[in-house]
Amino acid sequence: MQNVQLAPGPGILPGEALPEAPAAAAAPPSKRIALLRVLGPGHVWALGVGIVLVGEFMGWNFAVGKGGPTAALTACWLAGILYTCVAMIDSEITSTVAAAGGQYAQAKHIIGPLAAFNVGLYLVMAYTMLEVSNAIVTGDLLEAFITNLGIPGTIDKRAYMVLTIVALAFLNYRGVLASLTLNLLITAAAFSAIVVLFLASQPWAPGAVLQHDALLVGLPYGSLGILAAMHFGLWFYLGIEGTTQAAEEVRSPARALPLGTMTGMMTLLIAATATWYVCSGLMPWEYLGQAVTPLYDAGRLTGSRWLEVFLFLGTLFATVASANGCINDASRAWFAMGRDRYMPAWFGAVHPTYRTPYRSIVFFVPIAILFAVSTPLDQTITLSILSGLLGYTLMALSIILFRRKWPLGTIQRGYVHPLHPLPALLLLTLCVVTYLAVFLGYGTQLIAMMAFYIGASVWFVLHRYKYVRRGDQFTMHWPRPKGY
Amino acid sequence: MSREPYEPPTQPVAGQIFDALLMLVLVFITLYLPLLFKLAGAGTTTTEYPNPTWESLGQNATMAAQWEKLGFGPEKAATIIGTRFDYAFNWTALAITGVVIVGYFIFMFRYSDRQYRDVIAERFGDGTDPSRKA
Repeated sequence: MQNVQLAPGPGILPGEALPEAPAAAAAPPSKRIALLRVLGPGHVWALGVGIVLVGEFMGWNFAVGKGGPTAALTACWLAGILYTCVAMIDSEITSTVAAAGGQYAQAKHIIGPLAAFNVGLYLVMAYTMLEVSNAIVTGDLLEAFITNLGIPGTIDKRAYMVLTIVALAFLNYRGVLASLTLNLLITAAAFSAIVVLFLASQPWAPGAVLQHDALLVGLPYGSLGILAAMHFGLWFYLGIEGTTQAAEEVRSPARALPLGTMTGMMTLLIAATATWYVCSGLMPWEYLGQAVTPLYDAGRLTGSRWLEVFLFLGTLFATVASANGCINDASRAWFAMGRDRYMPAWFGAVHPTYRTPYRSIVFFVPIAILFAVSTPLDQTITLSILSGLLGYTLMALSIILFRRKWPLGTIQRGYVHPLHPLPALLLLTLCVVTYLAVFLGYGTQLIAMMAFYIGASVWFVLHRYKYVRRGDQFTMHWPRPKGY
Repeated sequence: MSREPYEPPTQPVAGQIFDALLMLVLVFITLYLPLLFKLAGAGTTTTEYPNPTWESLGQNATMAAQWEKLGFGPEKAATIIGTRFDYAFNWTALAITGVVIVGYFIFMFRYSDRQYRDVIAERFGDGTDPSRKA
């Protein structure tokens, strides 16, 4: 279906990158093809939860390894507070700056081009590494499931990792509505797997299935473990802010984005707590702290074959839904950067038939495959978390600038978050705590990640920025910012 | 007074390809090579358990039963149980990391603000002409 519409902001001709002609001499207003506005609050919820729900199926449990089960639960709730602040701040800014690229477009309007360039990279790296992590788990899960079925012979799990990445990239290439509708279905199925496991473990009858009395230990690393666990505690929710990437494809951004994001956050808080409760009552913490597929293992430990199969499917669905959403988000951030020439303009093209940022989708396939087949899961998760963390730090500062440059009442906001600046200050404090947590055990990766962003920033300042049209970086119909 | 719009140079296709490849190289050098050469990753300590039993590994009967359901005996579980994170760190490394992160954000905000003023001046005018809309 072609839905040709007059693009109010920057639009892209089908199959073409941005014209290199001067803005003033650009073609007169004509019918341009923009991204389709077809998504509702349910899709936004599915996009956010679909990316993140996999965090309940794998990765969060590394927090148990870093601090023990009690520390992991504390980290789960502290990270929940951090992400509630993120969701509140993001909902206000996104419902006001509704443009593809989400936080990237927001940074462009509120902070400036270099910050926007960095935010774009945070998004791309966080989602690409999350996609890689999902592909790794898909391969490991299939290997474990086939082994547990007693099927003779071995499989090469790398083949499934590659297949996952390529198949989902193809689906995204073909169209956003199909891929996000698929996300809606498989996210609902994955969430139901958590609920069924929780009920099947009979939480109302301690000792029947769950053995917290015998399995729960205190703090094996002392109180330092609580701090260290915050590192992977973020994994319970990382990516919920991805809802904003679809801002240009949502029918009613001011309503759908805050609604979809906040209900997604509630869903995740419930799922995270239930996940911790079931897993910590079924597995010794040393095993849980390094397991690749903890919820699937929990299904096995209940002794029910059908539950094992259900959790296998739930984990598979969650990883596929997450990888699918990640490809969607990373490609849109890269597309937006190409459209603004922060990256080569060639990436800012929309497919003439499928209306997707197809070049940006294809570009990341080899990178994802390279990391998936050769990198341990905890490393890719850490790279994803670090990029997310840098973005949250910037977000806390961004909302303070946003309120200062455009005080309440000066522009129309779709949603105004309460208690400002408390959520921003709380978010900033929790970000500092998490930097310390990552430093404990993964300090080298923290420095490597900073080296990447500093190198990229220098490249942008010295080389890339000269291709950027200054005035085009501000497209909102707002008054001049206060103080400028 | 309105500011003359900045006219960026046209980037040839070869330049665009070069820039895209440069980003790939930057990802490879800063993120992938440290992982490939095992320069990054979790700092851990390992405790050896000769002839391990569930008791010597500090596992009670319930824990031992769950390990066995998962397909682990004491020998195999000892490797996992004996590996712990090493949280010993020196304050200098922490201070350097902190300075790098804070310095990065300061540079980003200051430089972004300089660029942002150009953007605003081009979008709204430089503010000296009262006839231009704010």
